Amino acid sequence: MDLENQATIKRLAEEHGAEHLVVVLGATEAEGLELAAETVTAGDPSYAGPLAGVSLRLPVYHILEPEVTEGLPAELVEEKLGMMAMVADVGRISEVLTRRRQALMTA
Amino acid sequence: MAVVKAAAYILAHAPDLVRYGSKPWREIAQNPALGERLRSHLRPFEAAAAYPPNQVFVGNLRPDALHEVPEPWYAHPVPEAGPHGRFGGLLPQPALYRALKRADQFDLIGLDTRWLADLPGGEGVRGWPADRIAQAVAAEQALPLYDGPQQVGCIRPAHEQDESLTAQVLLENFAAKATGAFALEALLAQTGLEPAAVEYILSCSEEAVGDRYNRGGGNLAKAIGELTGCGRATGSDVKAFCAAPIYALVHAAALVEARVFQRIAVVGGGSLAKLGMKFLGHLDRGMPVLEDVLGGMAFLVAPDDGQAPRIRLDAVGKHDIAAGSAPQAIMEALVARPLEQLGMKLCDVGKYAAELHNPEVTVPSGSGNVPRTNYRMIAALAVLRREIGPRDMEDFIRARGMPGYAPTQGHIPAGVPFVGHALAMMAAGELDRAMFIAKGSLFLGRMTQLSDGLSFLLERP
Repeated sequence: MDLENQATIKRLAEEHGAEHLVVVLGATEAEGLELAAETVTAGDPSYAGPLAGVSLRLPVYHILEPEVTEGLPAELVEEKLGMMAMVADVGRISEVLTRRRQALMTA
Repeated sequence: MAVVKAAAYILAHAPDLVRYGSKPWREIAQNPALGERLRSHLRPFEAAAAYPPNQVFVGNLRPDALHEVPEPWYAHPVPEAGPHGRFGGLLPQPALYRALKRADQFDLIGLDTRWLADLPGGEGVRGWPADRIAQAVAAEQALPLYDGPQQVGCIRPAHEQDESLTAQVLLENFAAKATGAFALEALLAQTGLEPAAVEYILSCSEEAVGDRYNRGGGNLAKAIGELTGCGRATGSDVKAFCAAPIYALVHAAALVEARVFQRIAVVGGGSLAKLGMKFLGHLDRGMPVLEDVLGGMAFLVAPDDGQAPRIRLDAVGKHDIAAGSAPQAIMEALVARPLEQLGMKLCDVGKYAAELHNPEVTVPSGSGNVPRTNYRMIAALAVLRREIGPRDMEDFIRARGMPGYAPTQGHIPAGVPFVGHALAMMAAGELDRAMFIAKGSLFLGRMTQLSDGLSFLLERP
């Protein structure tokens, strides 16, 4: 996750409290997604950014996961996300992020 | 109507300039041991020349031929591949250094007299003695130039305090100028057109030529034209991040159609800053550093002759400022809307050429397979428009897409590497219509959060 995004998330967590935040990711590469999810839960694994050593433990979802899309107007989902839902491997994305969320609950 | 008469593509092998790419430069400064690791992963010229994606780029193989090459591609060189290409060719590093010197009118680049003496074609170049080079590197903030382990020259800054004229910035600009000129020369050689017949030159290269008062002032086009002997042309630059080549071709077609100029060369030189951009991923996987070439390309745009493919200016796909940056909004604006304007469907386009980054370069560093994602988006649009079923997406992609093969040089992969192949396929009656699409990440410059994109259709007459 780029350093600027890390800084923004850290600032928001300080301003609003981590317990009031959820991270919604948009990138579709499963590998990059896993790193981003790790960054906002356990901390920056590359130890390069503002979240190095900062464990925010934020719940993390992808915009295409049903937990998110079911809360949105169906027309909006079709108009803005319909194409990407066919492009991305939503099953794999969901698997990666569910694992991350479960680890948060048990840790 | 304006047509694209010809397209030329060159690659200049620059393994010993990889260290001056932005990413290697920053990483090696932090961890000098990386420099040695990087050097041990560089390829010889013959390996770069026989690399299948590079052979596709210079026109010796069709893009779809890569479907038949087993991965990894770098381990499967094209048998008997040489440096000559149907659309241009590949240049070894010494030829690039000679060209950099030829592009230098201010004696900023010094090549070692003794090294030049042993170099084929080196005799016509005025060199610097070794002690002059050593002095410039030691005391004048010059950057050393290497050929393998040997230091063979240097480039010095043009001003002591001007951050726009440091040795590194100048090297970037000379690299774009020299490779752009190579591509333009290849275009002229291919068409038999006299340099004096070119009336206007548009450069779509990614560099910022200028001084402290005029950073990015530009007009590399004219400098390239001068170097190529286009004495009766003038020119200017088109800047639009990675989408610039599409803008430049559309501008050129419009100038031809409006009868302002009749023979326009659109030219793009290579990007030094992007050499070795993904090298860490390559080192981690024990691969050769594949971003070791500078790209160059040139296109001739001229009035309709009834034979060459036409650029459809009545259906240019544009991404409006208010369209938003959602991928779906961008692809609808660039792909679906222009076709709708012409009463066409997505399946009426034989080939889509969108951001043809070589995936073997990008996947190891986690950047994904850019062309494949683009093709999945276009296929998904076709599903949303009920032109094909969800199960037909893979067939659509295989038929109307292609594997990525362009070096990751920003503007170079912008769809336009396929123009040369499209011209050849249209001349052979294998293709009627192709769409060229490029997107630009305007947000990188911090002046806006916007994305960008432009597309055009090329049609067989």
